[in-house]
This record gives sequence, structure tokens and C-alpha cells, in this order.
Amino acid sequence: MENFIQFQINSMKLLNQISVFIFLIGFLLFTSVIFLGKYEVTEKNVSEFLLENDIKNDTIQNGFISVISKTGLKDKIYFNQFKFIGDLQFSITQHNQLISEKLIEKDGIVSEEIDQLYIAIQKEGKINYSKEILSQIFTEKKQKLLEEQTSWMFSSEKQYPDLAAFQKDFETKINEINGNIGVAYRLKNDAYALLNMTQSFNEGTVTKNKGLWLFLTFGLITIGAFIYHLTNIKLLGPKGIKNNGIFQNALTNRGWLAYLVFGYLVGFYIVLYFFPYYLNNLVTLVSPISESLSGNPASHWFLYGLMYCFAMTLMAIRMFVKYRNNNYQILRTSVVLFFQIAFAFLIPEILVRFNMPYYDFKNAWPLDYDFFFDWNINNLMSSGKVGIFMLVWGIVLTIIIVPIMVYFFGKRWYCSWVCGCGGLAETLGDPYRQHSDKSLKAWKIERWLIHGVLVFAIIMTGATLYTFFSGATSLFGIETYTLQKSYGFLIGAVFSGVIGTGFYPVMGNRVWCRFGCPLAAYMGLVQRFKSKFRITTNGGQCISCGNCSTYCEQGIDVRAYAQKGEDIVRSSCVGCGICSAVCPRGVLKLENSNAPKKIDDNPLIFENNMFKINPSSE
Amino acid sequence: MSKKIVIIGNGISGVTCARYVRKYSDYEITIISYETKYFFSRTALMYVFMGHMKFEHTQPYEPWFWEKNRINLIQGKVTTIKSNEKNVMLEDGKSIPFDKLVLATGSKPNKFGWKGQDLKGVQGLYSYQDLQLLEENTKGGIERAVIVGGGLIGIELAEMLLSRGYKVTFLVRENLFWGNVLPKEESELIMRHILVHHVDLQLETELKEIVGDEDGKVKSIITSKGDEIRCQLVGLTAGVSPNIEFLKGSEIPLNRGVLINEYLETQVEDVFAIGDCAEFVQHPSSDRRNIEQVWYTGKIMGKTLAHNICKKPQVYNPGNWFNSAKFFDIEYQTYGWIFPKPKENEKHFYWEHSNGEIAVRFCYDKNDFTFIGINTFGIRMRHQAFDKWLNEKRDVKYVLENLASANFDPEFYKLHEPKIIEKFNIENNTQLKLKKKSWKILFNSK
Repeated sequence: MENFIQFQINSMKLLNQISVFIFLIGFLLFTSVIFLGKYEVTEKNVSEFLLENDIKNDTIQNGFISVISKTGLKDKIYFNQFKFIGDLQFSITQHNQLISEKLIEKDGIVSEEIDQLYIAIQKEGKINYSKEILSQIFTEKKQKLLEEQTSWMFSSEKQYPDLAAFQKDFETKINEINGNIGVAYRLKNDAYALLNMTQSFNEGTVTKNKGLWLFLTFGLITIGAFIYHLTNIKLLGPKGIKNNGIFQNALTNRGWLAYLVFGYLVGFYIVLYFFPYYLNNLVTLVSPISESLSGNPASHWFLYGLMYCFAMTLMAIRMFVKYRNNNYQILRTSVVLFFQIAFAFLIPEILVRFNMPYYDFKNAWPLDYDFFFDWNINNLMSSGKVGIFMLVWGIVLTIIIVPIMVYFFGKRWYCSWVCGCGGLAETLGDPYRQHSDKSLKAWKIERWLIHGVLVFAIIMTGATLYTFFSGATSLFGIETYTLQKSYGFLIGAVFSGVIGTGFYPVMGNRVWCRFGCPLAAYMGLVQRFKSKFRITTNGGQCISCGNCSTYCEQGIDVRAYAQKGEDIVRSSCVGCGICSAVCPRGVLKLENSNAPKKIDDNPLIFENNMFKINPSSE
Repeated sequence: MSKKIVIIGNGISGVTCARYVRKYSDYEITIISYETKYFFSRTALMYVFMGHMKFEHTQPYEPWFWEKNRINLIQGKVTTIKSNEKNVMLEDGKSIPFDKLVLATGSKPNKFGWKGQDLKGVQGLYSYQDLQLLEENTKGGIERAVIVGGGLIGIELAEMLLSRGYKVTFLVRENLFWGNVLPKEESELIMRHILVHHVDLQLETELKEIVGDEDGKVKSIITSKGDEIRCQLVGLTAGVSPNIEFLKGSEIPLNRGVLINEYLETQVEDVFAIGDCAEFVQHPSSDRRNIEQVWYTGKIMGKTLAHNICKKPQVYNPGNWFNSAKFFDIEYQTYGWIFPKPKENEKHFYWEHSNGEIAVRFCYDKNDFTFIGINTFGIRMRHQAFDKWLNEKRDVKYVLENLASANFDPEFYKLHEPKIIEKFNIENNTQLKLKKKSWKILFNSK
């Protein structure tokens, strides 16, 4: 009998190890897919690309083809995508420069004409610039152009003391005029355009065998992770949280493995946000899935959304196994997973399929920081009743639903039950929750930083709305566009993405939620001052062991309250419930209650009637 | 110049005392500890070995805390106490003067003179040094450990060693685990759980001898039944006793611990003792033992003593008994007194879930139904509720009917209270009905 049990455990262990191997193979293949492209730019696929993108212009096509013949890009086969994208960017720049130069010669204001003009306008030491003078020098087309742009410089409008002053204004204008010539014939050089092009010019194995590669990447990763978690039901022992070895493992104790994951995640986010065209193979790989949902080919954001859902699902299974003794954890994980897959991923894609705006109904401003950007408002307002509903819903969500829900349930209803950022943190990030800094210093930094971001978000949105309604492009001398740009880059991309997720293995899984999320800051204020939610401490049962503080992902020193018998009423608490789950003495309970909150020393611990005899003695 | 208070021992009692002395007064406070510089939670050492935490995580206060609160920390060993000269002598020759001296030196593991008890690989588990020794004794991995003594430290040590994949044999002298505290059913529940975790549990078995190899390292043990068990580690966890060796020969009267009165004073003026090392000549609460080695009583003693030194003296009064523990995955809480067998005027009511891992026992007066105590396994209960009900001498029917309000399990847990009441009704021919959960119950006065 004992031998049989041993045999069972041994085979389970073997299966467990095999599953890790399968997972790693899948992961390795997934990563190598990025580099498996085969790129070739031919006359045929250039014209196909232009046709697909509705660019029907011979000047562009012929111009670009002649450029790539010269630069050597044409008909050359690339296996190195970095080299290819470099050469492609060079050719596009060349094309744009050449086409401008050519067109300026034809349609622009050339230097001979300018010199002629300078001579013609000087009369008796004065500057005399007028429509007549223009007509003496320029063709009709150019006359019109110059009149449009420089009529304010006519002598009837403005007097110049000398030629130099005139030249200064005039040449600025000429550069502008010439700069605008040819814009329509240029090829776009931004990240989206490059991604689009690299996908079109890619004929690698991945593009031809998408099904096979989907299986070899997403498929193997799923199979490996699934078997791994299921075998752990047996291998981790009877149900009950086993945090064994967490601080002895290189992956979970900031060892070399953790830094490897850190590098991978940070690298991935940087590429995704700023150089998405390097992911062209992966985007192509998942395109059939995108097409089946929205009818459109995938963008790198679709790839990201899909990966996000996979990561959350696979790590949610881990949560179900690890916390299977705890109904709160099981329910919470299921709900947050549902909101990610349905609300953040599927519904917006399906909306697009029915020609409705892409919209995540649970994403509330100010986390959804571009909700009030003019393009979004315009888009929603021009999308009929559905769009108007979305606009109203978004405003109601932030102003009414969010604070009311926080009043009744604490901010956990959003942060650890609904939110996508929270969802990833609670699943993919769960193995790293112990890395949050619990020091008083970290708490001070947290309060400055998170409320700072909230203020930034409010100012940025205020300026946006001011611009939207008044039409003025700046407020107090600051360009609205600059504000939006810097918020998007600093907060939207770097803070919430690169740092927020990339830093999981070294700073814990809630770096963004704790230090940066403006919505969390907003809800935190409600939670701290006006909410039924608290974590109740169970009288005098605390033994100060520190499990609660160690596993608090928000860096709250839970023990500091528990050992004094105080309730935990903290703006940053996202109500994940892990402190309560890991407590060995049943000391902590997340509660929504009308009972008064205990935030002084709990009499139960020390006093036990003792000091009540003479309360004034203290 | 402010007066000097010196506290020997930086465990929960000494540190709580220091914190409250600081709150109440301007004393110059010095804490001397040989074990570690900073206070840590002794009960959490097991989690460090298991990799749940790092040692730093067991320290409830950051290093700046001590400076900010003007509490001097000295890491050193006290050799003698000169109570007449009001001086404490350290091993390194330093002498520390005091106006008030607090002894809070804790416990040390019991050793009962077993043959081979000082071999390498034989150890207790109490101090930080014991933890380090355990790391050393298990370095490179061991195959089997034998644990001697069926109490809380024993089962914790078993859990620790199993977490690293070592096999564990657990020798228990009685026929039940922790049978001097738990009734039979609860003990059996825990023993079933011990077996689920693949511990080789040997009941009614004592340690006879520990056998060493030629290097003086443990090789095996021989049990009272004559079996020889090969092992590389022997954990001696048969209780602890006050750590007062260094006080022998001083003027301070000792028995098993440092003898104190109800004000926590020793018989030498200005010298006090609290926590595990203290022994009441007569405990002010008749239901408690003269030596109490419990975390929270150490805390209450520390605060009481700070009050007594800085303010008006009060009699130590720990209030209603309560405690908790965790046996592998099963949590245990108790409020009020429940003994393994009901006393003459008492009756027990026991309910156990069909899964055999969740249970509740009530003890009450069989004549007037006054609630006396509760044991819970796998269900968390609210301390506040039971403390209140014990103070108010509520009867067991009231307690049962309001059990939902006392439940402290996390949200979305299945409420077992209806089943509990159902069983009580059948056994006692009553018609009790579970009342809806209400926080007001906890604030109503009788």
C-alpha cells in the first residue's frame, strides 16, 4: 500500500517535471517566433501593400520602388528583422526626402525666384512687398500659394525696416510652404505603419503555418501550465496554503531567475509600447483569432490583450489550486478573470464587429485616462445611441458607481474583483506579492506619488475638456497636447506598463496599483474616510508572526495594527484577502459592517477589565 | 536625571513592558538580550525555516523604532545581578546600573536526562540560535528526524521538517496527541490530520536512548518499545521551563521560575519578573497556572508591569482564558475553559463535520446552562463576542443562537452553524434557532 502511494507520488512528480519542460519549450518557441520572419520587398508586394492601404498613387509607388532599387532593399531576402527594419526605415526616409525635393523643384518656391523677389521689393531703401510684385515673378499657382501664406507681410499690412527683417519672416514661411509640399506623397514612418509594412513583407514560416505555430506556442504553454497546476493538487499536499520555500527559491526570492523574468517582462513591455513592429510575427500569428472576433486583422494591442488573458487564465488555475481551501480567493479569482476575458477583451472586439466603438465598460476614468480626449468623445458622439450611452455610462461610472460601491464594499470591489491591472497582479503577480516594501518610508513615498498622479490626471483631463469646449489649445501657457502626450508616455506606458508589470519579480505585483494608479488613489480616499469596509482584528489572538505583512501586496504593515488589536482602515488596501488567508491564528477578517471601526488600542488585548477599574489612571 | 529601568530579555514581555514604560514615563530604558539585537516573534521562527518569511519579517518594528522611542538595545549576556548595588554584570565585564530591573528571560527547552541528549543533531526549538542550529543540523538534507514530545512545538517542528521533504517520526508518550489539553475527539481529529501529512506517529512511545556514531553525531534512537529508528536529527520538544540558570545564587527567590506576587514583584525590591520565566507564588486568577508560557499573557504582564512601575499598582488580571494554534492546515481557537473531560458540574456538546476536519465543542454548566468555554477547529470565532459572553455569563443557548454573529471565517465560507444547532437540538430536545448575523450583538449590554 505504502509502495503504491509512493509510486503515485513519484509518477505525479515526473509528470510535473515533464509539464515544466513542455511549458518551457512552448515559451522558448513563443519567444523565438519573434525572430522567425523572412522579409522581402518586391515590386509586387509593394503595390499590394499600397492597394491594401488604399494608397492609389503612381508617384508614390514608382518613387518608392526606385528608392528601394537604389538602397538595395528591393528583392533582397532578410532573415534578420532588425537589419530589415533598419533598412526599411532608411528607404522610407530616403523616399520621403527625395519626393519632397523633387516636388519642390516642380511646385515649390526655389532659390532663384526668392533672389529675384528680394531685388524686386527693394525700392529707395524701403521694402515694398505686394501682390503685383508676386505676379511679376511667380507662376499663377505659386502666386496664389504665397498670397495665402504671406499677405500679412504685404507693405499695406506691415512695414519692414530693412531686408534682413523681411527675410527672417519670409524664409520661415517659405520653409513651411515647401515643407508641406509632398506630404501627401510621403510614406508613414511611425510604429503602426512599420508594423503594418513588416507584416506585409513577411513571408516566414509563421505566416504560412499559423495553426501549427499557435499550437507550438500558446498551445504548449497552456498544456504545460495546465498539467503543472493539476499535478500540484496532489504534490502540494492537503488543501491549505503552502508558502513553503518562497524565500528559498531563486524565482520568488529575487534570485537570478527573478531577474531573468524581470528582464524579459521589462524588455517585452518596452518593445510592445515603443517598437511594436519587432513583434510583427506574433501579431501575424494571432491575426486569425482577431479576425474571427472583430473581423479585423490583429494589432499589437490585440496580441497584448490575448496574451494578457492567457497569462491570467493559466495563473488563475494556479490560484484555484493554491488557495482551494479559501472560498473568498476562489470566487474573487473567478470574477476578476471573467471581467478581464469578457469585458476587457471579448466585448470590445465584438462591438467592433458590429460597427460600434471599441469600449471596455468597466474601465473607469482616471485609470482610463484618455476617456475625455477629444478623439474619444468625438468618436462616441458620432456613434449614435450606443456611443452616447457609452459616454454617459463612463461618466456615471466614475462619478456615481465607483464611490457608492467603495462606500459599501471598499475599493476591493474594483481593484481585486474587476480591474484588469488588478487581475493580472492577482494571478500572474501572486508569486511575487511578498516583495512589496513595508517600511514607513515606502508608505510616505506611496502617498506622495499616487496622489501626485491623481492630481496630474485631473489637471491633464481638465485641460483636455477646456480645450474641447473652448477650442483654445493651451491653458495657462501649457499646451494641452503636451500634457496628454507626457501623461500617456510617463504614466500610461512607463509607469503602468513597463514598471507596473515588468517590476513584479523585484518590487512586488502591485507597484502600479500602490504607487501610481489615479483611480486607486481616488477610491482610496473614499475607502479611508467613508466606507463600511475594514479588516477586523480578532481581539488578542495575534502572535505578531508577520505572515500578514509579508504577504500584503500593497505593502501595508498589517501586523502593526493586528498586534495592537486595531482594525485596518487603509486607503491602499485592495481587499485581496491574503492577509486573512495566511494568518495562522484566524486574526483577520475582511468585513463590510456598520459596526464602529476600532482604530485605537483594543482594550481586549491588554486591559481585560484591569484598567477599567480606574480608567482615569491612564 | 531620569531613572533607569533595565529589562533583561527582548521577547514579547520585555518589549511590551519597554513600550509602555516609554508611553507612561520618561525612564531611561535599556533592554539586554543575548539572543538577538532586535525583538522578533518567536512563534514565527518556524516560518523562516519553511521559507514563508525571512528572519527580518519576524521583527515587528523597524530598526529606527528603538531610537525614536529612546529604548537602548544591548546585545550581551548577563552573568550576575547585584541587586544590593543595583547593578547588572555582563559577560564582557560591563556593568549596567538600574533603578528598576525587569527579568523577562523566557524559557528553554526541557531535557530529561536522556542518554545521548547532547549528541550532535539533537536539539530543541525555542531560540534564534536553535533555528540556526536546525539549519546546520539539516544542512545538505537529512532522511529522517525523530521528534520527541507531543505538544505544540513538536507538531510545528514536524511541519517544518516535512516542508523540506524530510521524513518525520513523532513520538508521543500518551495514547492521544496533546491529550492533557484536548478532549479525545479533537485529539483524534488532529491525529488523523497528522497522518494525512504522512507523519509516522507513534503513540504511547517514549524515548529511551539516543545512539551516536563515532563522530558524536546522532545515528538512531531507541524507543521505550525497544525499536531502533535510524535518524539524523532528534527534536526534543517535551515542553519548556523558565530560563533562570544565571539567577541561581542571587538574592532573588526562585522555584521553577522567578517567584512573583500578583503585582509581578519579586521579593527583592525594585526587581520584577514577567513572561515565561516568572512563576506566581499564587496566581491572582484562580483558574490559571502559576507559570504561563503564552504569548498574550506575556504581553499583558508587560503592560501591567509598566503600569505598576510608572503609575498606580494594579493586580495582574489576564481576563478570560483564550488561545489559538495551527496544526498543519487546521486552525484551532479556544475561548473560556474546556478540559479534556467535563468537570462534575459541566456538560460538553461536540459537533464534527462529516469531513472530519472541522469541529466545535461547547462546555457549559449542566444545571443552569451557563456557557463555560468553546473549542473550534477549522472555524474561526470572534474573540470579542466570546469574551463578552463569558463576562456576561450568558447561557449556552444564547451563545448557540447568536453563533453566526461570532463567526469570524472569511466571507463566502459555508456557515456550519445551522448544522451545529440542529445537532444540539436533537441531543438536548431543544428548539433553538440560529439568529441572523448582527454586529449589534457585540455591542448590546445585558
